[in-house]
Order: sequence, then structure tokens, then C-alpha cells
Amino acid sequence: MSTRRPPEPVQVVKQRRDKVLRAMVDGVPYIRFLGIEFERRGDELTGIMPFKDSLIGNPMLPALHGGATAAFLEVTAIITLSWGMLWEDMESGALDVTNLDHAHLPRLPKTIDFTVDYLRSGLPRDAYARARINRSGRRYASVHVEAWQDNRARLFAQATGHFVMPQRSE
Amino acid sequence: MTDKIKLAASFIKALPHSAALGMQLQSIEAGTAVISMPYNDQLVGDPKTGVIHGGAVSALMDTCCGAAVMSHPSNPAGTATMDLRIEYLRAAVPGQTITTTATCYHVTRSVAFVRAQAMDEDSDNPVAIATGTFTVEGKR
Repeated sequence: MSTRRPPEPVQVVKQRRDKVLRAMVDGVPYIRFLGIEFERRGDELTGIMPFKDSLIGNPMLPALHGGATAAFLEVTAIITLSWGMLWEDMESGALDVTNLDHAHLPRLPKTIDFTVDYLRSGLPRDAYARARINRSGRRYASVHVEAWQDNRARLFAQATGHFVMPQRSE
Repeated sequence: MTDKIKLAASFIKALPHSAALGMQLQSIEAGTAVISMPYNDQLVGDPKTGVIHGGAVSALMDTCCGAAVMSHPSNPAGTATMDLRIEYLRAAVPGQTITTTATCYHVTRSVAFVRAQAMDEDSDNPVAIATGTFTVEGKR
């Protein structure tokens, strides 16, 4: 009597999600320039910025450039926001995953403002970041993002940003 | 004083991340710095439009604000960003150089206050504006 579909095989689900994430991240030149990667657990994303010399600001300390930190936080916020926006369509099959270049993905959210709070200097090590979408409406979104290095509880920077959401074609 | 400014200028050129982004110091004097960043395909944030990523503009703003602090007549020996807020007023036109002017308008014993503007080739309409607070280290 029930017409419920059988659950999808786990590898099909994983493949689809990883493919969409990769298409989103790989299409942005500046993300490649900084060397930022993303790891996924279900719908949770973690941004990773592996250390390299070209991210250094103050060579005397040495410390990460405040600009590299700000960019890492903003990239994590935008990708997490786009990912949240795509999730439903990706899972329902409304998003065609056979053709996933940037011409076929929805537009990215646009930053209105971004405020970075530098808590301690960034060490010459890998950095991690996670964003939390505090509000995501039809037009605007508010996102908070935290970054840490060796210890998850010792943030080295955090930021809040507001974004204009892309208008979806009906 | 002139030596101090020369020192600040060479210091900025020696910042690896600023150099990687192609930043060029145009002028630095008594709390005001001007730094430009030519258009570069690697800095694109939206592949559909070719517009430079906000993060690259943030890096330019941060560098320029830090330079303005270093050149302030109160002679700070070092500085680090505490807080930086950027408002993106419009998309920078693809292909155009972005130039930022930052002014350190007040310095206390421990804090420097800075404002900055970023322009593309249309110098009447800013691309972004920034407000920041910076630490002041070992004032001499």
C-alpha cells in the first residue's frame, strides 16, 4: 500500500553531494589562488586553508596576513551559504547534476558587508573555518563564521557578514 | 621622518601575501597610504562576471590601513588588525585596477583608528569603504 521509494544507495548520495560541492568550489579562481579546500560531513562544511608562504603578512613574526584571514572567512561564508541554498534542489533532483559547470549553477550570493574580529595572530599553520547561517531569507542572509588553528575552542578570528541572495529564476 | 616613511614603504613591499596579490604602494605620508592592485584573473570571485573576490579587496584594504597606521606621525613601532569592517558598495569593473586610500585619523597609546576607500577607474564612485581599529605596539 505504501509507494515509498527505497532509499538511495549511500555511494550515490555521497557522489552527488561531493560533485556539487566540487563544482561550486573549483569554479572560483580566488579560492584556488588561496588554496582553500572544503570537507563535508552530511551538510556540514569545514573550510581548510593549508599554510603556504604566500599567505604571510608579517614576515618577522611570521603571521598570516589579516587579508588572507578575512578572505578565508568570506570564502567559507559564501560557499556555506550557496551550499545551503542548493541543498534542497540537489537532494530532490531538481538540480541537474550531470552538467555542473558555473554556467549551470545558480549565481553566488553577493557580500553587502563583512566585519572581521581578529582575536589573535594567525600562526604559520593550517587554518580551519565553519560558518553558521543565522538568517537566510528570500533576499538577504546573515552569516557568522569562526576560524581556528590548533585548538577548536581557541578561535583566531571570527566574522559576521550580510549578503544579497541571488534571485532565482522561476 | 623621511627614513621612517622609506622603511614603511619597503616593509609593505616585503609582505609576502601583499606581493602575491600584486599590490603596489603609490604613496605613504603622515598617516595616509595609497596602494593599488591591478586586475588579475586569479583574483576573480564570480566566474560568471569576472568580478574580483571581496576577499582580495579586504586584503588590499587591510594592507593599506596597516600602512596608514605605520606612517602616522606618532611613530608606532608595529601594528596588527583588531577589527575591520568592509562595505561593498558596488562590483569593481572587471579589468580595472583597484586603488585604496587609507587614513589613520586618530591614535591613542594603544589603538589606531582608520578609514579607507577603494576605487576602480571611476574615481567618483567608491567600490568599497572600510573602517578599522588597529593595535599600536611599542610607541617610541
